[in-house]
Amino acid sequence: MYKKFVNRIFIGAAFLSMSVAGIANADEVKEISGAGATFPYPVYAKWAEAYAKLTGVKMNYQSIGSGGGIKQIKAKTVDFGASDAPLQPEELDKAGLMQFPMVMGGVVPVVNIPGVKPGDLHLSGKVLAQIFMGEITKWDDSRIAELNKGLTLPNSAITVVHRSDGSGTTWIFTNYLSKVSSTWKDNIGNDKAVSWPAGVGGKGNEGVASYVKRIKGSIGYVEYAYALQNKMSYAQLQNQAGNFVSPTSENFQAAAANADWAHAPGFYMVLTDQPGAKSWPITGATFILVYKTQDKPANAAAVLKFFDWAYHNGGAMAQQLDYVPMPSSVVSLVEKTWANNIKDRSGNAVCTYGLMFNF
Amino acid sequence: MLNQPTVISNQPNLALKRGARLDSLFRGSTYLTAFIVFGSVIGILITLVIGAYPALQKFGFGFLTSSAWNPVTQDFGAAVAIFGTLVTSTIALIIAVPVSFGIALFITQMAPNWLKRPIGTAVELLAAIPSIIYGMWGLFVFAPIFADNVQPWITDHFGGLPFIGVLFDGPPMGIGMFTAGLILAIMIIPFIASIMRDVFDVVPTVLKESAYGLGATTWEVVWNIVLPYTRVGVIGGIMLGLGRAMGETMAVTFVIGNAQRISPSLFMPGNTISSTLANEFTEAVGKLYTSALIELGLILFLITFVVLALAKLLLMRLEASSGQRS
Repeated sequence: MYKKFVNRIFIGAAFLSMSVAGIANADEVKEISGAGATFPYPVYAKWAEAYAKLTGVKMNYQSIGSGGGIKQIKAKTVDFGASDAPLQPEELDKAGLMQFPMVMGGVVPVVNIPGVKPGDLHLSGKVLAQIFMGEITKWDDSRIAELNKGLTLPNSAITVVHRSDGSGTTWIFTNYLSKVSSTWKDNIGNDKAVSWPAGVGGKGNEGVASYVKRIKGSIGYVEYAYALQNKMSYAQLQNQAGNFVSPTSENFQAAAANADWAHAPGFYMVLTDQPGAKSWPITGATFILVYKTQDKPANAAAVLKFFDWAYHNGGAMAQQLDYVPMPSSVVSLVEKTWANNIKDRSGNAVCTYGLMFNF
Repeated sequence: MLNQPTVISNQPNLALKRGARLDSLFRGSTYLTAFIVFGSVIGILITLVIGAYPALQKFGFGFLTSSAWNPVTQDFGAAVAIFGTLVTSTIALIIAVPVSFGIALFITQMAPNWLKRPIGTAVELLAAIPSIIYGMWGLFVFAPIFADNVQPWITDHFGGLPFIGVLFDGPPMGIGMFTAGLILAIMIIPFIASIMRDVFDVVPTVLKESAYGLGATTWEVVWNIVLPYTRVGVIGGIMLGLGRAMGETMAVTFVIGNAQRISPSLFMPGNTISSTLANEFTEAVGKLYTSALIELGLILFLITFVVLALAKLLLMRLEASSGQRS
């Protein structure tokens, strides 16, 4: 009830507050540029298109990968960077950057086992880690069978399919495996690219999806949208509460709702393995990076205006593309952080809280 | 009237001077273009060395032999990528050289005139297809057919053999080093074949006809007259193909399986230098990671250089021995 009320206020604010924009004059800026993560590119592009129609401000986003986005924002060649993996607060401070979560998605284990339909296969985090470590090599292994009573699994070899390129998806996936398996944490670890002990590598979500579809007996991991759009056979995962859950946008939001954003310095928050009965265990947010001290305050204000508009008006568009919008409690937290932290060279705030819009 | 003779005698002088000036300008510009190439090669080398310096310093020569590739612990080695590059290029050459030789021979020596042009054009068209198309074809068309129909048969029949059996081991995935080598072969065939055809065409008819006149078969003519005469060009064509095979990126990335492991089986996934670069460069964060990737580029540069140098050496020895014989 409270949430709905807050939402209304925001929507009301969006339409009514015609007066105040950022303090810096964002209206002069007709083009903003960003670079980074490929995962949110479809939704950013959609928002940009809608926003350009509305305001005439063009958003030029190069989806060159999170690593590239971080490099470009550090080189100050773009107005904002985008990364699927959050930067550590220390790293942010060192570079003078701040980050905020923009949209969420989930990573989904997908399988190709003849006769197994989407959601049929149940896996626990531990077993998933053992499969990706190459410890479990056959589908009829007793450790898998234990979780899947009543499902007949073939005596065929498991082929692991992982990302060959460095990727935020891999970061989220290995973050989850590190949390649920100490062996994984000690031997392989959590990064955008890791030293995979088994399997083949596909380039991009498409690469993994096509390898999994191609190779019988394979298991891979892709972004939720890819699993959905390619109608792939996903596995249900056991979450922290012990329930087997399906990857749905409701379950991603459940994971985000249980996260304690307010006490996460620099919005360093990883949504994997969250508590909650319905939480999907491999959920992740994608982040935007901007400088705290802005050389070009007008550009910064234009960037923040765009993302603020997207927070309040882009939810439906995000959902159409199978992304999950941020909960409104997180949005207001982000807006407060903007108002308090993003300054121009003389220390004036680039925008003020709650009054960003003038549509 | 009095001035006339001087004017006449001056005119050719002026023209000569202008000609000389243009000539030196022309010479200068050809020097310049040649040195631009030379300069960029040196420039690339220097940039690569500078970029690779942190990795060179950290790993030293161990980089070449280490098969580690772990971005988490920042431990890198080039052995897997070098191995993959050499294996796939070798497979590509083993397949492409005989096929190209056959194509070139057929076009220049055997084909009826009306067939020469269509086949020649078809071969050249192959060269115009972008490499990513080959990659997609390999992944979506070739790999499924190969995995379902060919690979199980090969594994069943050859997998059990001693020594060479391990080459054909593994689950039928359709992707891996063999597929990458095969796709590369298809990609370099047009290059090798068109160069071979061009050089076979320049063999003087007198030589061939004399051989035929002495009663030589077509094969004897090819082996004893055409090939020795065109040796340099043929080897040059093969080297060009090899260079392309080693540097090819996208097509290989699609079908090689991109796994940082050395596996004896040709049907298992591997990685090449260029596919590692294509996969990881965009997301490589941190100085050491990036510089390890740049060092891979440097190694590819050096491998190509060594291969070219060896080819030149081979040619020189061939020249020398043929000199002795005659």
